[in-house]
Parts: sequence; C-alpha cells; structure tokens
Amino acid sequence: MDLSEINFAVLVASLIVASTPLVLAALGELIVEKSGVLNLGVEGMMIIGAVTGFIVGVETGSAYVGMMAAAMAGALLSLLFAFIILIMQANQVASGLALTIFGLGIAALMGHPYTGIKSPQISTISIPFISEIPVLGTMFFQHDLIVYLSLISVLVIWYFLNRMRAGLILRSVGEDHDVAHSLGYRVVTIRFLAITFGGAMAGVGGGYLSLVRVPQWTEGMTAGAGWIALALVVFSGWRPFRLLIGAYIFGGITILQLNLQAIGVNINIALLSMAPYLATILALVVISMSRFRGNRGAPGCLGRSFVKIT
Amino acid sequence: MNNKIENTLFQCRAINKEFGNVRANNDISINVRSSQIHALLGENGAGKSTLVKIIYGLLQPDSGTMTFLNEEYSPKSPKDARALGVGMVFQHFSLFEPLTAFENILVGLDKELGEKELHASVIMLSESYGLEVNLSSFIGDLSAGERQRVEIIRALIQKPKLLIMDEPTSVLTPFECESLFKTLKKLASEGTSILYISHKLKEIADLCDTASVLRKGAIVGEYDPKKMTPRELGEIMVGQSLFKPKRPVAANKSNKVLSVKINEVKPDTQFGVTLKNIDLAVYQSEILGIGGVAGNGQEELMQVLTGEKKDRNVSIKYMDNDIEMLNPRERREIGLAFAPEERLGHAAVGNLNLLENSLITDPKKRFQMKMGFIDFSELSEYTNEIIEKFNVKTTGVSALASSLSGGNLQKFVVGREIGQKPSLFIVNQPTWGVDPLSAANIRQAIVDIANTGAAIILISQDLDEILEISNKVAFLTNGNLSIPTNTMDIKTDEIGAIMGGISD
Repeated sequence: MDLSEINFAVLVASLIVASTPLVLAALGELIVEKSGVLNLGVEGMMIIGAVTGFIVGVETGSAYVGMMAAAMAGALLSLLFAFIILIMQANQVASGLALTIFGLGIAALMGHPYTGIKSPQISTISIPFISEIPVLGTMFFQHDLIVYLSLISVLVIWYFLNRMRAGLILRSVGEDHDVAHSLGYRVVTIRFLAITFGGAMAGVGGGYLSLVRVPQWTEGMTAGAGWIALALVVFSGWRPFRLLIGAYIFGGITILQLNLQAIGVNINIALLSMAPYLATILALVVISMSRFRGNRGAPGCLGRSFVKIT
Repeated sequence: MNNKIENTLFQCRAINKEFGNVRANNDISINVRSSQIHALLGENGAGKSTLVKIIYGLLQPDSGTMTFLNEEYSPKSPKDARALGVGMVFQHFSLFEPLTAFENILVGLDKELGEKELHASVIMLSESYGLEVNLSSFIGDLSAGERQRVEIIRALIQKPKLLIMDEPTSVLTPFECESLFKTLKKLASEGTSILYISHKLKEIADLCDTASVLRKGAIVGEYDPKKMTPRELGEIMVGQSLFKPKRPVAANKSNKVLSVKINEVKPDTQFGVTLKNIDLAVYQSEILGIGGVAGNGQEELMQVLTGEKKDRNVSIKYMDNDIEMLNPRERREIGLAFAPEERLGHAAVGNLNLLENSLITDPKKRFQMKMGFIDFSELSEYTNEIIEKFNVKTTGVSALASSLSGGNLQKFVVGREIGQKPSLFIVNQPTWGVDPLSAANIRQAIVDIANTGAAIILISQDLDEILEISNKVAFLTNGNLSIPTNTMDIKTDEIGAIMGGISD
C-alpha cells in the first residue's frame, strides 16, 4: 500500500464529478419540497433520465443533446406524479414510491439493447488562466459544462429562495397552502411547476451518471443515488449550500474509498463501501445539531395534500 | 336620501350561495357607505364568513351582483379584490409562522416593492396608526395581537378603500382590543370603510355606525347600534330573547373537591410564564372563576391542573387523594374533566370524526363492549345528544372535527366533557368565539352540573362571564393568583387594580 499513489488534486476533481448527479437531483428535490411536496420518486426520475439521456446521446452522438433529453424525460415522468398527487390528490408517499418502481422498470426495458455501448464524449471546458493554477486549477477549473452549471444552480437557487419574491411565494405555498390560497396564490400551479423542475433536475442528474460519470448504461445504475439525494435535502435542513457540502462529502468519500480499494488498503471492502453513507449521515447530523433552531427548514405542509377550502 | 346613495362605497344585491343543500347566503343585500364602520352581525354559521369571502373574491356567488365605487364588482380571486381596493384581515390569521413579519407583508403584496421603500411605508403606517411590530421577528414568536397588527399593516399597505375584519377581537386581550379600536376609528375618519364582523355586541355598540344583522343566511335588517342596547341587538341576532344563566346556589363549604398549592413552577419554554404562590380550593356545587388577561399563566395553570405537566413541587389534592403525579387520563378516570382552550389539536383531533372524538375522552369505558369492541349505537346516541343539546351545527356525527367552525367545535368539546358527568370540571375559555345564545347555553350547562354537585374551575378572559356565573373569583397576573373572593363582595373598580397587579 502506498498512499502517495493517490493524487490529491485528481481526487478532488473526480469527487466533484462523482457528486454532481447528487447535487443536481437534490437541488431539484429541494425546490419540490420547499413547495410542500414530498416526491420520493427521485430515484425513478434519475434512472429514466439516465437511460433516455444515454439512448439519445448514443443515437445523436452528442452528450449535450442526450442531457437535454434526460431533463425532458425526468420532467415528463414527474408530470405523471404531479397529476396523480395534485389533481387526483393521491397520497404523496405512495405515489412517489410507485414512481421509483415504475421508473426502474421502464428504464431497464428501454435500456436493454444499449447495454455495454460506450457513450459519446463530453468535452471539458478549461477556464482560461485560472485553470493553469497548479493543484487548484486541476481541482476546480477543468470540468465539463454540467459541473459548472450545477455549481451555478446552487447559487441561483439560494438567491431565488432567499432574495426573490417568486421564491418567497414558493416557500409560502410550502409552509401553509391554505393561507397561500386565501391570499390568492395558485397552489396547484406553483406545485406543478416545482415538481416539473425537480423532475428535470433529477433527469439531468441521471443523464450525467450514464453519459459522464460511468459512462455507459447498466441496469439499476443509479444504485440508490436518488435516495441519497432525498436524504441530503432533509439533512441539509433545506439549505442549498449545506446540500452541496453534504453531496461533496458523500462523493468525496466514495472516490476516496475506491482509491483505497485500488491501492489495496487492508480494510474490509464492505466497511469501505459503507463509509460514504455513514460519513454523510454523520456530517449532516452534526451540521444540523450545531444550530438548535435548524428545524426552521422543514416546510410546514410537506407531504400534505391540498384540498381547496370553501 | 340622495346624499346617502352618493356616499355608497360598496353594495351587494341579492347574493345567493349554496353549499350542497345548505343555503349559506340567501338573497343578501347590504350597503356600505364610505368612512363608516359597518358591522355584520350574526351567530356562528349565520353566513357572515361566506358573504365576506364572496366580497374578497375567495368564493363566487351563485347569483347576485355587487358594485364597488359605483362600478360593477365581481372579483375572481383575492388578487382582483385587492387590486380594486378591498382588503381583508382574517379571523384565523393568514400568516406564515416560519416567515418573518416582513416576509409576510411582502408575500401579501401583489407587486414587487423595493425593500427600502416597503420598510419606509411599513414604518409610516405603524407610526400613524399605532401598529407596532418588529419586522424581523418570526410570526411564530409573536402574540396574537402582534400577529394581527402584521395582518392589518399588510392590508393597509395596499391602501384599501374597504377593509374587511373577520372577528378581529376574538383572540385579543382587552388592552389590545382598545388599541385596535383606536386604529379602526382613525382609519374610518380618514375615509376607509370597514366591514366589521363580530358577535360581540358591546364592541359593536362602541365602534360601529351601522349594523346589518344576519340570521340563518338571510338579512334580518339594518340597525343603528348606537341607539340600541347590546341586549336588544343580541335578541334580533338570535331571533329570540336572551336569558342570563344564574350562578349556582351557594356552595356547601364542607365538601372540598380540589385544593391546589403551587410555590413555583417554571415554564417549559422561554416565552412561558412562571406560576408562583397559587393557593386555591374549590368546593362541591361551586364555580371558581379565574380571570386575567391572556398570557398571564392561564395556559400553564391549565397544564398543571390537567396533568399534561407533572411537577413534584405542586400539591394537588382531589377529595383527599394526592393526584399531582397522575397523568390526564388517570385524572379523567377518577372524575375530572377538562376542556382546554385550543380546540383543534388539543381539545379535539381534527382528522377524527365527532364519534371518535367522543370516544377518545371517555375514561370510564362507557362505550366499550366485551373484547374491546366499540358500542357504536351507544356512542352515536351520546354524540347526537351533545349535538342537539348544545346546538352544534354540523352535517352529523361522522363529520370531521376539523370541518366544524371554531364556535361549533367549542360547543361540541364543552358538551362532550359535561356529558361525562364529572365531579370536577376544569374549563379554559368555554365560550371563546361562540355566539351569545350558544354561549348562554354553555354557561347554563356549566351551572347545571354545578347545581347537581360538581365543582367547576372556569378560566376565562371574559370578565362578564366570570362575574355572571362564578361563586368566587380570583385573577391571574404574571403567574400569581390573587386570593379567591366571593363574587358578591367584589367591586368592579377593584378588578382593574387586581388585574393590573397593583394590589392583591
């Protein structure tokens, strides 16, 4: 075993790549939950995004077109969920679980002919000048477009939720839909939009997984990433920046343990594979403990069906 | 006459609204003149709320027309109403608890307004109308009065010409009521008309220029409250003469039912009140009234009495047994009954129906058959009796508790507890939000069980209620309880001093 075999700069760069699907999917779910909807179908929407993105990417030869298709596929599936819970007013938990199961099944069916094919390459964009900085440049400034977009999304979503009127309205709907309704806001429309956005983000997250991170299609390749994204939203206290930190811790330990396995560290593989999950939970529990009023994040109407009062 | 028509700000003609086969509004016409405080008076379920929801655009009428500022007015949503100059302050505040006061005001606006600009107008409003609010505090940390001020500011900031206030005083302390009235009078004098919904007759006489009375969804007539006694107005409202319950006949001193001694009980939250030096006893057939302004330890005392909060430093003797360490259910089993103030979520479970709500507070297992089966015929008979006796307006025993209006649920809760035939009944705010006739019924029912031997502790912020039916009264100030005095011996001018904590 030789720890010096691990290049720290490359490690950080690859942890960012590994975490990006989580960041994307979790940010989408953050918006959905802020509007008061609990969509447990993230895993399903991610895998639909992964398979659609891969198929379209392979057929068109463009990873970007694939990524867009992934977003649309995720959004489309989430519309089904939105219809079931907002119009038919079905239970959100059950509907979300069904969405995941449905997504996994249909993705396996769609992706079958594409197993084992290589995906089109996505080019990295080196940011002029700053990517030349040793170590830091390798870590942060030699990535593909989607990574940059995911980081910008964190900023934009934070700004949207905390500084913009539309974000305030979204939060209001999630905190108390009856009050929002009595003020004249369209609860169902706003939630429809939020769910669709969440679906698109999960779709892109999935697409990134199959087109960049792995990059190929295997059945069930999301392997619980959707669930981790859901957990990140809760543990982050519905805050975008904490969510990013949580995702990077998870991604970082995943990459680290893979590296450790590769150089033959004498630790049980099962323990190593478990490490990212444990570390993420631990870190986020500590973050949420440090502030006693951290519970302010949970939207008041999360998971509750909106029935118009008369 | 001509002058009057010119002064008309808002008018509705022949408004009809049906829910299922219930006619909530039946051919309602009212006429609100400018710069006036116009009362809309009626019992719980008379159709007041439906009417104002129509005016505010939350509901659309089945038929009828409205005019506002001499133009046809038919808002499709509250946004339309606000844009045209109609504002509303709700009975159950329409504020978001996890958001700050400022964010709440912001979210109620229909257009984007710069933060500085908004701050400036809020400060201007709060100064000129005496509406003090800390903008950066979270609504969840504010008192009812402060929350209402936030709502009023939110409504006023859009410069409404008609402001609807739905039972604004039901959650306020007397002091807060006074400052609200000042604000409203100032608004009216500056040209804003106010449609004021209430069933508190006294305040309508003090405040309002005109009163439209609603009964069973229809207009009874328009009256001048300044020229009538509250009692006359009340009788028009309920359509029959009001009666005054008489306090129970003097108690039998020898049968002490409960004695409570508290040196000090610290609150669970930082906003709570520390209970100190409480020494009270209540005898058979006696009503002990505990008055005082809200937030002086009523909640905390209630928790100690019900057993929701157990404390070793408290001594509670019930018929010679120490019960301070018993939980609420164990206390209920030995003959105590409680009706806490908060009706939904504390006194009743919103998502259970009335049958189930009767069942869960039945400690004597009256409705239980062998092997744990529920005796539904017995249970529905009992529940129907409550509904009938206390005039609870509901679709039936299988209606969810949350579907009842506040006042009706209150009647149900009190009826359910009294139906347990308790030896000791402890009730907090029994007639909060209940119309006068039903309130009189509730008070009469409390007196009735006292006359059959029960002891009653009546905690209420309604001073008239306490003076009307209590044998003895005591007042809570800052967690201290004054020494209980015979109601007959107390002078009204002393009460203010006691409540203000000046003397004991």
